[in-house]
Amino acid sequence: MTLLLDVQAVSKSFGGLHVNENVSFSLSAGDRVALIGPNGAGKTTLVNVLTGDLPPTSGRLIFCGEDITKLSIENRVQRGLARTFQITRLFKTLTAAENVALAVMQRRRITSRFFSPATDLPGVREEWQELLSILGVSHLAHRPVASLAYGQQRLLEMAIGLALHPKVLLLDEPGAGVPHDEAPKILEALDRLPKDIAVLMIEHDMDLVFKFAKRVLVLAGGRLIFEGTPESVTADHEVRRAYLGSYADASRGS
Amino acid sequence: MSMLQTSATPRSAGLPLQRELVGGLTVAVLGVVGYFLFPDDLAFLTRLVALALLVLSLDLVTGYCGIATLGHAAIFGVAAYAAGNACIAGMKDPIALLGVGIVAGVAMGLVSGVLIARFRQLPQLVLSIAFGQLIAALANKLSSVTGGSDGLAGIEPAPVLGIFGFDLYSRTAFVFSLTVLVIVFMVLLRFVNSPFGLLCRGIRDDDLRARMIGASVYPRLIVMYCVSGAVAGLGGALMAITTGVVGLDSVGFERSAEALVMLVLGGTGNLWGGLVGTIIFQIFAHVVSATNPFHWIMLVGLLLILIVVFAPRGIVYSAVTLFNRMFRREVAS
Repeated sequence: MTLLLDVQAVSKSFGGLHVNENVSFSLSAGDRVALIGPNGAGKTTLVNVLTGDLPPTSGRLIFCGEDITKLSIENRVQRGLARTFQITRLFKTLTAAENVALAVMQRRRITSRFFSPATDLPGVREEWQELLSILGVSHLAHRPVASLAYGQQRLLEMAIGLALHPKVLLLDEPGAGVPHDEAPKILEALDRLPKDIAVLMIEHDMDLVFKFAKRVLVLAGGRLIFEGTPESVTADHEVRRAYLGSYADASRGS
Repeated sequence: MSMLQTSATPRSAGLPLQRELVGGLTVAVLGVVGYFLFPDDLAFLTRLVALALLVLSLDLVTGYCGIATLGHAAIFGVAAYAAGNACIAGMKDPIALLGVGIVAGVAMGLVSGVLIARFRQLPQLVLSIAFGQLIAALANKLSSVTGGSDGLAGIEPAPVLGIFGFDLYSRTAFVFSLTVLVIVFMVLLRFVNSPFGLLCRGIRDDDLRARMIGASVYPRLIVMYCVSGAVAGLGGALMAITTGVVGLDSVGFERSAEALVMLVLGGTGNLWGGLVGTIIFQIFAHVVSATNPFHWIMLVGLLLILIVVFAPRGIVYSAVTLFNRMFRREVAS
């Protein structure tokens, strides 16, 4: 398997607060990895370090053989490292179609065109239409995003992630806020991802984790405490103590 | 309805360039109506056209990119001085002078963009004011180039295309300005709906999101500032060509603030908004100041308060919403 992203001993602290400590793992082509951990374990901070939103305090990030530790957010995206957001960040006043079209056009490097009609460009139109239909939101194409339900915005967030054709896709809680009956669309979209890209998903919904992931990373107190198959994660003593115990209780209660 | 189509609505199937042609035609018709309705006020209408270009230019950075600026008249004024000086130096052709205005505007846009687009929100606003004040102070000091507080006079451009001389009644001036506005408006309608225009609106909505799709934000904003500078430069050059003088008010803070007021009045992020805001504000101020020279500023203030209270997203947005509501009711019944 081709190594795509190699995270080497990454630490991130804010003053005296060590949010990530010495985190190392790697993602290869075709990987489907879930990153789980209790609230405050530093999962989102880790994603922000991977995307370039936050600089790591120490450690290195190697992407496709290149050191990207100091690259800007947009340069990482252009190389194929994309993410979705836990709380949706979309272009609120643009329509759903324009949101996806913009990602498509940026990937194709045609956003510096001054005088062609944006969403109607041949090639671009077909692509955003297909992405919206994969996520089952074609009927919302011309609605401004601000007027969409939160669950629909989540699906759109996925569509933008797909539109970027990433080599590594980081999904920050793709299931959060999606109504139960629309959750299968998320899985369906995940299934549609090209087989050779690597996906790292942060998720609290263990159903989604077990259906999706071939490998699970557990982050607790800023450290990776476990790496292994989904089957073995429930058996691991340390993980149970740090995380799954409380989760199991919660799910029994609901 | 396509003439009032906001950029957020889907483009209906139609002839290629339909939006641009309808837009250009509407502006031309409005201009012709003005020409025949107010033949004695053509100098005022000409000034209105130049200001409309400034407001459209401001809309490109404020409405489409979300950049807060109160220093936009610096671009307008410097372009006016540049065109005026070029004319005095012997470059009499009005179209060439427009070219001078564009070049000066782009240069000023580049400088303001590099400075102002770097920051966000309040620091950005303060920086834009400081930049505008700096340029205004320079214009006052460099009286050998600007004429200082006396203004730069003696700008006497040659006839347009060598045929249409500038007359006392401002007929040529108005038609010339209107033609420029129609062309600029059509080009801009095309421009704001391009991939680049869409990206700028995306940056305005959420610049981190824009970076997360791989777009570099700062360089794009600078490019937009240059385009905006070209439009403001055209406005400034027109002002110099058609009035024959350039005063300090062209670069001043009040001109910047007035442009922002007109833009918000009509509605930001929509070219029609900038245009309608300029027309309504200027005509209202013109009429009221003639009928009541003592209290007209108070009345203008009152109008602004009323519009902001009842149409906070601008006149154009409210008008379109109202129109749609009435139209849908007709369909339903």
